[in-house]
Amino acid sequence: MIYQDSETLLEVCGLRANVNNIEILKGIDLVVRSGEVHAIMGTNGSGKSTLAKVLAGHVAYEITSGTVFFKGKNLLNLAPEDRAREGVFLGFQYPIEIPGVANNQFLRLIYNTMRIQHGKDELDPLEFDDFVREKMRLLEINPDFLDRSVNEGFSGGEKKRNEILQMALLSPKLAILDETDSGLDIDALRVVAQGINQLTNRDNATILVTHYQRLLNHIVPDYVHVMDSGRIIRTGDKELALELEAHGYDWIGTEHCAILGT
Amino acid sequence: MSAVLKNLINQPYKHGFVTEIESDIAPKGLNEDTIRLISTKKNEPEWLLEFRLKAYQQWLKMTEPTWPNVKYPKIDFQAISYYAAPKQKPKLKSMDEVDPELLRTFEKLGVPMHERAVLAGVAVDVIFDSVSVATTYKHKLAEVGIIFGSFSEAVQEHPELVKKYLGTVVPVGDNYYAALNSAVFTDGSFCFIPKGVKCPMDLSTYFRINTQESGQFERTLIIAEEGASVSYLEGCTAPKFDTNQLHAAVVELIALDNADIKYSTVQNWYAGDENGIGGIYNFVTKRGLAKGINSRISWTQVETGSAITWKYPSCVLQGENSVGEFYSVAVTNNYQQADTGTKMVHIGKNTRSTIVSKGISAGHSNNSYRGLVRIAPTATGAHNYSQCDSMLIGNQCSASTFPYIQVLNNGAKVEHEASTSKIGEEQLFYFAQRGINNEEAVSMIINGFCKDVFQQLPMEFAVEATQLLGFKLEGSVG
Repeated sequence: MIYQDSETLLEVCGLRANVNNIEILKGIDLVVRSGEVHAIMGTNGSGKSTLAKVLAGHVAYEITSGTVFFKGKNLLNLAPEDRAREGVFLGFQYPIEIPGVANNQFLRLIYNTMRIQHGKDELDPLEFDDFVREKMRLLEINPDFLDRSVNEGFSGGEKKRNEILQMALLSPKLAILDETDSGLDIDALRVVAQGINQLTNRDNATILVTHYQRLLNHIVPDYVHVMDSGRIIRTGDKELALELEAHGYDWIGTEHCAILGT
Repeated sequence: MSAVLKNLINQPYKHGFVTEIESDIAPKGLNEDTIRLISTKKNEPEWLLEFRLKAYQQWLKMTEPTWPNVKYPKIDFQAISYYAAPKQKPKLKSMDEVDPELLRTFEKLGVPMHERAVLAGVAVDVIFDSVSVATTYKHKLAEVGIIFGSFSEAVQEHPELVKKYLGTVVPVGDNYYAALNSAVFTDGSFCFIPKGVKCPMDLSTYFRINTQESGQFERTLIIAEEGASVSYLEGCTAPKFDTNQLHAAVVELIALDNADIKYSTVQNWYAGDENGIGGIYNFVTKRGLAKGINSRISWTQVETGSAITWKYPSCVLQGENSVGEFYSVAVTNNYQQADTGTKMVHIGKNTRSTIVSKGISAGHSNNSYRGLVRIAPTATGAHNYSQCDSMLIGNQCSASTFPYIQVLNNGAKVEHEASTSKIGEEQLFYFAQRGINNEEAVSMIINGFCKDVFQQLPMEFAVEATQLLGFKLEGSVG
């Protein structure tokens, strides 16, 4: 939702980034204010997942120019864990498996780390158990998630739900969800989308990185950006996503009417 | 830091230890006279001297093993002094006098307060009113007939028991280092649990304060009679330094009918610096004989120290229905080398053994699991389960697994599982993205990896071991 009195959360200006000396991002400008939902769409290889990882601070990417400010702080100067503690959350496209680490312990650790960040006391294992089970009930997540190793042996849909559960625990200021809809069947997509909708409010913002329009049937974006070859070549409202769905990405390429920024 | 610690802990007592130095250190080198000198100094009975001499004669005919997957310069056995009077530690008056660097290390490892004091060399009576912990426990144990003390004491006070069992599990000529140990051992622990007695507490070498410096050739003998049980803890998580580079210990365990011995080790000896200079060579022979029916021998080890670790705590399962267990975590970092594992020798019917080995290599280190499962023709119905997992941290370390399986009885079942994993950048990024730094992430992954072994450790040992691993691997990732 676009609010008149919203604060600027994220301000990306002229961002360029390389991986293995190949330029992937070629000048990104993007402003995200509290309360807003942005969708970033584009073909495979357009750079949208790279943008998500660069914002989260993945070490494989080298920033060559541009600035990123988050709540007025220079995000590029912060280590990945500090970005997370400031409230940047990345929902991974392919959440990695961590064998041997119990999911409930992992969830408690990340949740308590966030509480300490906000000057609150840690929850003990029993308190946390009550708390996390309530969150899981709301998100329609099977309680057996807690007893398994982090993402190990999870189906694609279970991994995505586990991401949304973590998002629910951490209540991020800015959630960047990278292809959260990929690999989900229709029911799982509905559940995950409902979860995301429950978590959005006027104080936080969400960036949905997606290839398809179908997620946007469940989560209505305020802005839709289309990326191509490392740039945002067009920005519009939810109608843009529908047009893309109808005409395909090639249609944008022939229009030559890129509107940069918002 | 290590040099500071090393100096601090190994400093000889500066006052009052002058006059007898000459007469209490044997000249360097090994020959029959050296062995006679050791035996005389320790006032040993004739049979023990013969035991030593027999071992020495065998040792002379043996050669150093070359099959372990470790490399080190040749040891000059004539350059070692085989007998020295027990070293005295400087007694400090209070914790305020202890080097703050050392205290910080203890803090990081979570060593309990009273233990820190003892380890740092603060006089025990400053800490505990008038009676030392050691004496208190000794009395408690004596009430139920348990004998627990130094090996030397046992030779004087219970020679018949020592004579009956010494060398029955690890014969004098068993292997090169065991033979050397049998010839020149100076002290160690002796523990005897009589028939039907369940030892009321975990026995720890830590309580034997008076004999902490048992030297580089340590000898341990633990006997559990029919129906007895004991849990024995060796070592502690605090770093242990020693100027002796070669350590060759022998540990023998004997469990009679329905007896149960659980032996846990946390080894954190000086591992050398980050360039692989210095560090202890830890060449140990540990073996348990599950002699009686339904007896059980269980080894749990957390090996984190030493430049080279060469040890295979083993079980000889002779009694019918006897059980052998080996749970191991071996961590190597920098230039450490470990070749460790176990032997499970099934002789009796329906004997069962379990092997769970977790190897973690970081830095430039080299970590090998080597294990033998042997099912003798007599061991009908025997069953072994082995699980060997390796974890690599970084790109310069290596991990190897050498399982040997010999099955000579068709009615036996042997299972072996192995895996290798790596802590990857993407895993660490996942943790980081949730606000967890690399150090905490590694610690959580490692503890997850090792939990099957840690849960075998006594409670407070497990907590310390967890912290120790984090400490050992600090800075090896990211």
